[in-house]
Amino acid sequence: MQFALLIYESREGFAMRNSDGTDSYTGAWRAYHRSMVEAGIYVGGDPLQVPETGTTVRIKDGKRHVQDGPYADTKENLGGFAILEVPSLDIALDWAARCPAASIGAVEVRPLATATKHRVVA
Amino acid sequence: MSGGALEDTQRAIERVARESYGRLVAYLSAHTRDVAASEDALSEALLAALRAWPRDGLPQNPEAWLLTAARRSFIDLIRHQRVVSESEPTLLLLREDSTEMNLATDFPDERLKLLFVCAHPAIDPAMHTPLMLQTVLGLDAGRIAGAFLVSPKTMGQRLVRAKTKIRHAGIQFEIPDKRELPDRFEAVLEAIYAGFGIGWDDMAGIDQRGRELTEEAIWLARVLLELIPDEPEARGLLALMLYCEARRSARRGADREYIPLSEQDTKQWCFALIDEAEQHLAAAFHFGRPGRFQLEAAIQSAHAERARSGRTDWVAISAFYQQLIRISPTLGRRTGYAAALAEANGPQAALAVLNAIESDAVSSYQPYWAVRAHLLQQLGKTSEASDAYDRAIGLAEDPAVREFLLKRRK
Repeated sequence: MQFALLIYESREGFAMRNSDGTDSYTGAWRAYHRSMVEAGIYVGGDPLQVPETGTTVRIKDGKRHVQDGPYADTKENLGGFAILEVPSLDIALDWAARCPAASIGAVEVRPLATATKHRVVA
Repeated sequence: MSGGALEDTQRAIERVARESYGRLVAYLSAHTRDVAASEDALSEALLAALRAWPRDGLPQNPEAWLLTAARRSFIDLIRHQRVVSESEPTLLLLREDSTEMNLATDFPDERLKLLFVCAHPAIDPAMHTPLMLQTVLGLDAGRIAGAFLVSPKTMGQRLVRAKTKIRHAGIQFEIPDKRELPDRFEAVLEAIYAGFGIGWDDMAGIDQRGRELTEEAIWLARVLLELIPDEPEARGLLALMLYCEARRSARRGADREYIPLSEQDTKQWCFALIDEAEQHLAAAFHFGRPGRFQLEAAIQSAHAERARSGRTDWVAISAFYQQLIRISPTLGRRTGYAAALAEANGPQAALAVLNAIESDAVSSYQPYWAVRAHLLQQLGKTSEASDAYDRAIGLAEDPAVREFLLKRRK
């Protein structure tokens, strides 16, 4: 089964990225990513730029409404995602718990909607 | 009633609920075979107590009061469901004891039967511990869920399913016969220990999920020992958990940083718990029937010895691990053996033990990588050590452990 880990980071989490990569948060992420790859469960994923860099688009009454900033501006914002191939939700939750962001932000685990995708791409 | 007296009553209800919950659920379930309905009935009785006791004062025998009230609400509950044909025997069962129940000063303790039911082979092993925590100790699904890393809703559903299974599968509330007893007993001990937290015997990891449950697991083990004092493994299990619990506050430094066992300040250990553990372990060994939990407790006893003598007998610890591996060669034991062997015979011999473990098995087992990294570093294989540290860091759940390993990696 494939699951998405939706990684929500706090302000401090995002702030920790502005470094040369020798800080412990980046070190933890490097190790975490590597462990997923070595365990053979990592399908893909990416970090996102800070929420302020987001731009949100809606069409209302046929008109474009473009808004500066992320879709939802909350205390914790979507900071990245990873797609995992694991046998069960419990194992996906184990991996979510190991995520360095889980102790300072939150990680949502959601199954990919494979059947829906099949209907869409068929 | 004054505020103080009201608080006293409140506390009394909490105390009775805490101490009697399991006994009452066990007694009701053993007579009705319906754990869920028994729990519901007891909840009703506790609510009634919250209303009546502050008004009328504490009854002379609060437990008997609760049992009578629970029995009444159980009968109401069954009538309400109107499943007459099915409930008739249940009602009879309950009525049979009515005379005994009126006195009910010492109704029989059926908690052992309830423990055996919770750890029955027909029940999903993953649910053994949650069932015990709920039915014997009265923990709510939300708290259990937090410890097991699932949502409260999911845990609630799984508990309901397990209780339905107990009722429908006709699982008997009785002590298993001689032939089945060893396996069934093992399952009860396993479930209690699982509640204590799998991470405690790991070399570098602290399992956060288990921590808040340690006291509950110790409580369960005490209940079990009270019920069967002549079972050395039950004593071994209690000793094992007490040794670990004794070190709880020494596992973190002033800044909440992780401190490995070998570097802990022994002055921070709780010697009252260690003494109690020693007594239980000695009493267990007296039976001359060693087993898995006694051996694991013996390892912890050897670690505790450092507080007295200033040294750790790693040769003895390695030997205990070897005996454990002979019982069953789990990943944890083989990793623990390697770590002990490194101290006794040096890192090269220990690395050979780790290398013998098939690589598929360890791809997400954190302690293996932590020990491996440590050994490689000792052997001066810096780049291999750094790779292993990465794996150990990436698999760590506890931020303090992660931080500790990141520092070691440098």
